[in-house]
Parts: sequence; C-alpha cells; structure tokens
Amino acid sequence: MIYLDHAATTPVDPQVLAAMQPYFSELYGNALSVHRYGQKADYAVEQARQTLAGLLNCKPSEIIFTSGGTESDNLALRGAAWAARQQGRGHHLITSPVEHSAVGRTVAQLVESMGFTATCLPVDAAGRVNPADFDRACVPGTTVASVMLASNEIGTLQPVAELAAIARQRGVLLHTDAVQAPGQLDLDVQRLGVDLLSLSAHKFYGPKGIGLLYVREGTPLLPVQTGGSHEAGRRAGTHSTPLIVGMARALALATAAQAQRISHYTARRDQLIAGLLARVPGLQLTGHPVDRLPGHASFTLPDVEANQLLMHLDLRGLAASSASACKTGSPEPSEVLLALGYAVAAARGGLRLTVGKDTTAADIDRAIDIVAEAVAALRRLGARSRLPV
Amino acid sequence: MSNADVRVVVAMSGGVDSSVAAALLREQGYAVVGMMMRLWSDAAMGGAEHNRCCTPEQMADARRIADGLGIPFYVLDTKEVFRSTVVEYFLEGHRQGFTPNPCMECNRHIRFDWLLNHALALDADYLATGHYARIDRAEDGHYRLRQGLDEAKDQSYILSVMGQAQLAQTLFPVGEFPKPEVRALAARFGLNVASKKDSQDLCFLGQNDYRDFLKIHAPEILQPGPIVLKNGVVIGEHTGLSNYTIGQRKGLGVMYPEPLYVIAMNPYKNALVVGVKDELGRATLTAKRFNWVQGVAPAGPFRAGVKIRYKSPLYPALIEPLAADRIRVTFEEPLRDITPGQGAVVYAGDVVLGGGVIEKDDPA
Repeated sequence: MIYLDHAATTPVDPQVLAAMQPYFSELYGNALSVHRYGQKADYAVEQARQTLAGLLNCKPSEIIFTSGGTESDNLALRGAAWAARQQGRGHHLITSPVEHSAVGRTVAQLVESMGFTATCLPVDAAGRVNPADFDRACVPGTTVASVMLASNEIGTLQPVAELAAIARQRGVLLHTDAVQAPGQLDLDVQRLGVDLLSLSAHKFYGPKGIGLLYVREGTPLLPVQTGGSHEAGRRAGTHSTPLIVGMARALALATAAQAQRISHYTARRDQLIAGLLARVPGLQLTGHPVDRLPGHASFTLPDVEANQLLMHLDLRGLAASSASACKTGSPEPSEVLLALGYAVAAARGGLRLTVGKDTTAADIDRAIDIVAEAVAALRRLGARSRLPV
Repeated sequence: MSNADVRVVVAMSGGVDSSVAAALLREQGYAVVGMMMRLWSDAAMGGAEHNRCCTPEQMADARRIADGLGIPFYVLDTKEVFRSTVVEYFLEGHRQGFTPNPCMECNRHIRFDWLLNHALALDADYLATGHYARIDRAEDGHYRLRQGLDEAKDQSYILSVMGQAQLAQTLFPVGEFPKPEVRALAARFGLNVASKKDSQDLCFLGQNDYRDFLKIHAPEILQPGPIVLKNGVVIGEHTGLSNYTIGQRKGLGVMYPEPLYVIAMNPYKNALVVGVKDELGRATLTAKRFNWVQGVAPAGPFRAGVKIRYKSPLYPALIEPLAADRIRVTFEEPLRDITPGQGAVVYAGDVVLGGGVIEKDDPA
C-alpha cells in the first residue's frame, strides 16, 4: 500500500512518540498545579513553547496552544473580529474563496448570525489572490483578513508577505492558515509579517489533537473558549502536556530537515506530475504549476467521479484523496475548483496526491501505474454502461 | 485459483442478510469488498431525509461489520441513477394507471447492471447480495435461478430480471439457508444485527405512504374522476386512480345494490372501472419486457406455475410465448387480483424460467 495523502495527515515520527511517552503516565501533572507534579508539566509545556517560538521567530507569549488547525482558525477569526468590534473599530472581514472550511464556515457564521460583513477576494485560475484586489478590499471598518499560506486542496501558495505589508498599512489584522506549510515553507512570522498564524501538529509528523495559534503581541483577541486562566486567559482548558511536547519536537525535526525535505518533496512531486500527465489522457493539473507546495500534486479528471476513483485506487493499493469525495456517498463538487472557474463535472473529479518524507521514487512510479490503471478501468466502465456512471 | 484470489463485492445494507453473506464469503476465504449504494430519497420535498436502505445508522452498522470482518468498505453515490430509473419508473407507471414494482426495476437497472458493472470494473469476479434465492448450473451448463431454501423468505420473484450474464457473476450466499439459520449464523459470526426486522415497503418512501409520495411528486396523478361501470355509466367519483388497487371493495363510496370491486383503471379518461364480483376475475394476462433467464423463449406453449405478486401463490397456467419478450398466460381458474405493472414470473418447480411486467387489458 502506498500512502500519498500526507496533506490529510502523517504518521507520528518515532522520535516524537518517544518525546511524548513520559508525559502520559509518569509526568502526568496538571501544568497549573502548585505541587511538583504540576511544576514538571508546566516546565515541559513552557519548554515546548520556547522551542516553538524559536522556530517561528516570535516570543513564547505569542503562542497559544489549541486542539488543532480548525480551532486555531476559529480562535483567530472570532477572537480578533469580536475584539475589534468591541473596540468599535468595525465589523468588515476579508477572506478568499480557496480557504479551508475552518476559515470559510467561520466567516460565514460571523456574517450570517453575528452581524459582520465580509468580502471574498477574487482568485485567478491557479487560485491566487491579487494584492491589488486585497488593497481595494480594505475599507474603513475592515478589521480582520484571512488568506492561507498554501492551499490544502490545490497546493497554490498565496503572496502572504505582500498582503501582510498592505494589511499593516491599512490597519487590518492578517491571519494565515499555515497548516500545510511546516517542513515545506518558511514559517518566520517576522518575515511573513502576519498577525495571526495557525498550525496543526499532525500535518508534520506530530500527534493529532494539538495545534497552535501565533498571535502577534498587542493583537486584541477575545477568548472563544472560556474557563480557567490557561494561555493567559485566551484559551481555557488543561494543557495536554504530551501533545504539546510532541508538537514542539515534530516542528523542530521538520524545520531542521526542511532544506533536505523540500528538495526531496519537489523531486517526488515533479516526478509524479510529469508521469501522470504523460500517462493519463485528459488529466489536468490544478493550482499553480510552480508556486505550489513542494509535496503537493492536484489534478482534475472531468469524466471521472472522485469518489469512485479513490475507491479504485485504494483497492489497487494507493491511498489518495479529493475535496469532492465523501465517504457517505454524497459527494459534492469542490467549492475551491468551482471558485477557480472549473465546470461542475471537473469540480467533481478532483484528485490530490501529497508526498511524505519517506515516499520513494519507486512509490511514485507505482502510484503512476495505479492511477493510470484505475482511470482506464473507470473509463471502460463509463463506455460500457448504459446508465450514468 | 484459491478463493483468496477471487474478489467478491458484497452489496451491504447493514442488515442481517447481507452481513451474513459477507461473513460467509470471508469465512470461505474470498477477497471480500463491502459496498453500499447511497440511494435517492425525497429530502427536498419534505419527505424522508435518507433512503430507508441507507440511513446514517445503517451506514454505520455496515461500516462496523465490514471493519469487524477486516474488509474494505465503500459507499457509492447511486442517488441520481436510482432516481432517473427506479423512481421515475414508479411515477410514470402510476401516471399510466399501472401499479409498478420498483424493486424489480431496481434489480434490473441498479443492482445487477449498474452495481454489477461497478464491481466488475474493480476487477471483482462476483457481486454478492443477501437475497434469498439460489443460483446453480443445469446439466447443459446454463445457469439457473432457483427459489431460496426458505420459501417464506424467497425473493426469486424480484430477481427474475436476471439473465445468464448476471447469474454467472452473482452469488447469493444466504439463499442456501432458512432465515432462522441465517440469524443463528449472524450470532455465530458475532454480528450484532440479528434482531433487526425485515424491511418491507419501498425504500425511497421513507416513513411516507406511497400515496403521500405521489401527492408530492406527481400531483397530477391524484385527480378526482368518475367511477364507472363497464358499460360506461357513471356511478360516483374517485379521489385519484392511484388511491385504489385492483380487487379493492372497501372505501369506494358508491351506493349500489351489489358489492362492487375495482376491476380496471383507465388513465386516459381518469376513470375507475368497477363491477360486481363476477366481473372481477380474469383468467388470462399478457406480460411484456419478459426476461427469459436462459436467454431465449421456448418454442411453443407449455404448462408452468406463475406468480402474479411478490407473495402470491404459484398458480398453474398455460404459457404461450408471443414474441421474444412477451407472453400470454392462461390460468386454470380466473384470478381476482391480476394487477397491471406487477411482475408475472414463471416457475418450473423452484426454478425461475423468466419474468415480465403484466400488461393492461384493452382500455375499457
């Protein structure tokens, strides 16, 4: 079985697992407790925070631990939008149509149920927003904008540093969902210039259930989850010491290996894209051909339904994914591909293959064969069937 | 070739029969793949949100059972093809004054065509389902479709649409067992599904009655019209032809010296034709779209047993092939509930020779 779905999740690195191990049953204290159990946990949490701050080039106090990318996105948007409105600075938000649903649905709820307004930026055929459009969208009353660093679905990179410079000038806070970036893109928040940035550990060989939100010092943020005094009152809930330790170790490993991983990812990705485009007639690359995540290849096949393709690939030994797939048999066309101007049929035929640090060239060759065989089988089925496939 | 090299796609519903089918095949060492069809339901019209064949609970059950058996499981989006064939067929049949049998149509177009082809495209050797019927081969090599061992549960009637190509690539693992034994097997396999009750009504109706369904989806069908005698005399008004069935006596709401029965429907005049008991029976019928399981019609007339409904007895009759896919059936005694649109299925003992759709008498 070949696993090419690393954008969905990755296995926990054995070194990460080893780092987490003591914090389940031995060093199990609550980081807020006064006694030495608590002190040990608190020390581990704060060590991890320092490690992470060093890797992101920020202060430890600028990091809030969350349960993952979705919570980070929710906290960034709700927390910043609520705080800005409370201060009377406005209620206008900016986002893009290619955002992860954790951003898209959050903005939608703020607009539909909480009195906010929003502008959805136009994107080009590769899914990129134009900084000039962003500049125009910043109006008096605009408080928070959210544009992802790299698309989970089509891999396209956004000009986030340019947008951040504009946002700074316009007095708008910029959030970026950087969940796909670790190990593949620069995460220096000073160079990026963003005010808020979301990460999720399981995308970079860390554990599931833990993420972080970087919040630039001085950024007004109301808590979304209230309770104890954890995270300086910005996110209540007992720290998961093992997961926090695991995330820090995983990001340290990803950053240390980044240069080597990028060249590895790029080689495998380009081998995959070239091989598939040569072998599968009618296959189209989606997203930007060059400015895309090093480990990310995405395609569309207008005459093949993604759900069925994924089933065929799985049974032939390849784990892949598609935004338009759904395991309950009710697939919808990908909203991202529709926003890029693809027709409904093409938006139902998305295919995403994302390589990992251990993916070999032989894996890619085999994956190319499997996709070519599966697509041919589905096309024979379509040609034979009297009924819609 | 060992069984491990034979891939079998099992159509799973989360219910006991298909779960036991999957478990039996797994026990025999086949490479089993579980599959569920997500069928259409009329969520948009205020009806059931989920087709009764594939509610979230059933999907979760099937997934759990597949996981327990260690087999992969997938859900296929079958909504549109099901709607455009089975549901449309059901509505169109009622528009034309028939009482259609959508389960036969589903087996014809969805299960043993669309799904079978999807299974074959996955390099499967067989499609298996949890139906109570049996497949074997006659001495001359032909595949035969036979009744399930449990006569009370037998489903061969709605499988009579299958031909040689379908039978050669289909397995009915539970057809070899009586239902109580299937429940016992479920217990032995540790499948926690044995206590579910069998489904009866049309799956896409949800909790609705079919009349409510027609009211929503084809309101033009349920127009009031005249109740007439065979000679055309109007004696009352009906509430819509689809509210009645052939042979119905109660609820007609007309005054007449003798008890009256529904004997026919005339959709062209939107007329419900009623008559006295003697006028009700018919000793002959013709059936169209007749599928001969062996692939060819017999040369001449022959005697056999015929079922005119899913649960009807087997009536002795003379069968006359009228064309490659049309027959006339002459029963020994007049029958009171020959219903156009239902299947006429011909049996030699427990072997299904073929099945077709009962035609209407000449429009009155």
